[in-house]
Amino acid sequence: MKTNVAGLVEPGRWRLWAGAGLFAVAFIWSAQGVEASLPRLIEGLPLLARIVALMLVPDWSWAGRSLSGMVVSVQVALLGTTIGMLLAFPLAFLASRNISPHAASSYLGKQVLNLIRTFPEIILAVFFVAAYGPSALAGMMAIGLHSTGSLGKLYAEVVETIDPGPLEALRAAGANRAKVFWYAVMPQVLPEFLALSLYRFEINARAATVLGLVGAGGIGTIMVQALQFRRWEIVGMALIVIIVVVTLIDTASAALRRRLV
Amino acid sequence: MGIGASPRVVWEGLPSFYKLMGDLFPPNWTVLPALVQPAVQTLQMALVGTTQGALLSVPLILLASRNVTRQAWLYYGARGILNLLRTVPELLYAAILVAAVGIGPFAGILALTVFSVAIIAKLTSESLEAIDPGPMEALEAAGANRLKMVRYAVVPQVLPAYLSYTLFVFEINVRVSFVLGLVGAGGIGQLLLTALNLFRYQSATVIILVTLAAVITIDAISVRVRQAIV
Repeated sequence: MKTNVAGLVEPGRWRLWAGAGLFAVAFIWSAQGVEASLPRLIEGLPLLARIVALMLVPDWSWAGRSLSGMVVSVQVALLGTTIGMLLAFPLAFLASRNISPHAASSYLGKQVLNLIRTFPEIILAVFFVAAYGPSALAGMMAIGLHSTGSLGKLYAEVVETIDPGPLEALRAAGANRAKVFWYAVMPQVLPEFLALSLYRFEINARAATVLGLVGAGGIGTIMVQALQFRRWEIVGMALIVIIVVVTLIDTASAALRRRLV
Repeated sequence: MGIGASPRVVWEGLPSFYKLMGDLFPPNWTVLPALVQPAVQTLQMALVGTTQGALLSVPLILLASRNVTRQAWLYYGARGILNLLRTVPELLYAAILVAAVGIGPFAGILALTVFSVAIIAKLTSESLEAIDPGPMEALEAAGANRLKMVRYAVVPQVLPAYLSYTLFVFEINVRVSFVLGLVGAGGIGQLLLTALNLFRYQSATVIILVTLAAVITIDAISVRVRQAIV
């Protein structure tokens, strides 16, 4: 073992280099596999710069349509988050170790939540679009289902960290299960549930703009059409609306979350 | 107003949804061998995108840290750019880049790169601002220049955070890379889109299962590696 002047053990240098070497090999192998190369990247830069320049001169006559598209996206996010909250609520208690009626139901609940969460939103959206036709409704359902999985898991973690004291006190006083749940569990979990849901809403607002790309309504629909015809000035307008609205939502939601927890 | 959603509309669509779910089974496993190469290529896209992002984020990390960059306009400029880049979702970048450079993995890698830069630089610069100022002050007092200060006082302190955030982003990028193809940006998602457009649902099932398997595997590996580093 090598020690430095201060007599401290030096971290294994050769391990660091071996790791770096291994990584370099993986990178080069990958870069060849996807035919990505630095020259190609540099070659493409002028084109990208031209397109960015075109987007920076947005077509303001599309501001109104972009904004109403974004309103639909936000509505999709809002409805999807609400559906997720409602479905995640019972599932989270079922999945939590301490509240679930049985160890088996806790295990089952966790697995169901994990399974739901694994499906990327956009794949869910593709299926809902196939079943319900291209519409904001399909987007809402995709976001709702995915949020059920992700919120359920987070809710369950909150439930598992609650203080058992108030529950025991109420039980000792002879309260029934409903009373224990209402007076000892709910006050402990509700603020955190709401904070997590707000955070999920921020994520969903972004997701809703994207789902339109596969036909799930909102501003993504405008984006897809503008991109199809390379109308960069409309793309630029839609992007500005997305950036402004998403930033506003993030800021408002973060302020609310700070008050909650 | 509203998006026209109601329990009734959802209810009325359920039969066609059930039918679609039925069409997905049984999975057409014969396509599996043909998916290995695209799946590997998809992981390669994530690896290249994340690496490029990690490398390009280095100057931005330094610029967006108040204790390294003392020129206010540079610092706020870098912060502003990072916040702006972070607002746009990866798939939106991908869709825009597909229109710009054409369908295929190149657009996808570019999208992953841009997004990785934004996240890695944002998170790492926050860690950098929280480092112990002692070593930097000591080096400055000893007359070291900026470059030496970064090399000997900053790098050793933020390297673990930087690597850990890069891995975290890699995990996100793997998830995203498998669906990038749905907007035309290469990888296995493009096969999924084709299968769905041609109503080859039983083949689509296998592609989705491969995607889920890949996501679960990478999650498990990433958790282990991150535990080893931090």
